[in-house]
Amino acid sequence: MGVKLQTAIVVNGVTENRTIEPRTHLIDYLRDECGLTGAHAGCEHGVCGACTVRVDGEIVRGCLTLAVQADGKSVDTIEGLSDSGEIADLQKAFHEHNALQCGFCTPGMLMAAQDLLREMPNASREEIREYMSGNYCRCTGYQAIVDAVEDVLQARRKGAGK
Amino acid sequence: MKAPAFDYVKPKSLAETFDLIERHGDEARLLAGGQTLMATLNMRLSQPGILIDITGLAGEAALNGIREEGGVVRIGALAKHREIERSEQIAKSVPMLAQAVPHIAHIAIRNAGTFGGSIAFADPAAEYPVCAVALNADIVLMSKQGERKVSARQFFKALYETDMRPGELVARGEFVAQKPGYRSVFMELARRHGDYAIVGVAAHAKVDGGRLSDVSLAYLGMGGIPMLAKSAMTALEGKPYAPNTVAAAQNALAAELEPNADLYSSAATKLHLARVLTGRALAALAGA
Repeated sequence: MGVKLQTAIVVNGVTENRTIEPRTHLIDYLRDECGLTGAHAGCEHGVCGACTVRVDGEIVRGCLTLAVQADGKSVDTIEGLSDSGEIADLQKAFHEHNALQCGFCTPGMLMAAQDLLREMPNASREEIREYMSGNYCRCTGYQAIVDAVEDVLQARRKGAGK
Repeated sequence: MKAPAFDYVKPKSLAETFDLIERHGDEARLLAGGQTLMATLNMRLSQPGILIDITGLAGEAALNGIREEGGVVRIGALAKHREIERSEQIAKSVPMLAQAVPHIAHIAIRNAGTFGGSIAFADPAAEYPVCAVALNADIVLMSKQGERKVSARQFFKALYETDMRPGELVARGEFVAQKPGYRSVFMELARRHGDYAIVGVAAHAKVDGGRLSDVSLAYLGMGGIPMLAKSAMTALEGKPYAPNTVAAAQNALAAELEPNADLYSSAATKLHLARVLTGRALAALAGA
């Protein structure tokens, strides 16, 4: 039982070849095998959103995805999005609005927020709240997070209109 | 928590899948989106010996996509929630599902979870099962022996129990495309967006000048299976939308819904909420 399997997963643009146990969650694979500790393992049953990462461009729960299911796919983590500058404006807005305190939820928040910014560029404040409702924050009370996302939505809309 | 150890295999064809199911029997669980299965494994509620990942069957037309043919909309078991949410075909032909999908958890989960997984798991608080019952849809099951079609109203037997036999998998759902003059409403109440619903209603009827006919009303979270409220349906049949007909339908619910108390709501509270939701759903259905 638990026969290890070979996987080739493109993580932040680099192909990682690993032999892993099938039971390994994507979040633990990223943290333990790849040393990418940005995404966090929180509730481990899909509720809190701290483990949010992208698989083939779509956000998923890293704790409800097996690493072997990502074999042959492309995974992006907060490290990749941060290094590429894709979310620089979002990170700046979170900073300016004090949209984090302990920071545990922040990588997941940023992944979800960036997904929202791509999917719903015209989202209302209410729609932001609904979109972000799968990510829990126990420090901020969400107000500042919604403020930050709203700011970036407006700024990107202005940028796109130039 | 972490999942217990298991083996994993990702077959490339249906034939291979059925062989694996036959060989491993009860030791095997099918894995598609895994949004329920992985959570239950993480909590060690079950310990299968092997997971058979059927997402490798993306090339099997029988299990994939959303297609309308001859007034019937076929939703493949491997269609993801997000695919159904984004589908123009669903919005046009099965608007009840289009209304229901946004209530399923959150985007990151809807990107992975599948239609077939929700049907096969048969959670009484899930959205697709209650819509399938309200719309009298068919569930198509597939095994080595071929296909078998079961009415959704017969498919859900008891809590997490369905009509599925060993060796079968859910291939697709078949929904009759909504006919002219008909309307659908789906509503649910949850403590937070994306949480398991306390109560939900799926309502469908022909609406002609405020008069309701061919009415169906089904409830989630109100028993061990999606509950079809036959007496309430009878109370509404052929009647105009009016306070006394709504009250008659609401009064009929107590005798046919079987809500169980949970940590947050008593059975009486749930029944009350079902009545409230019924009032809202009927108003929306009648366009009032």
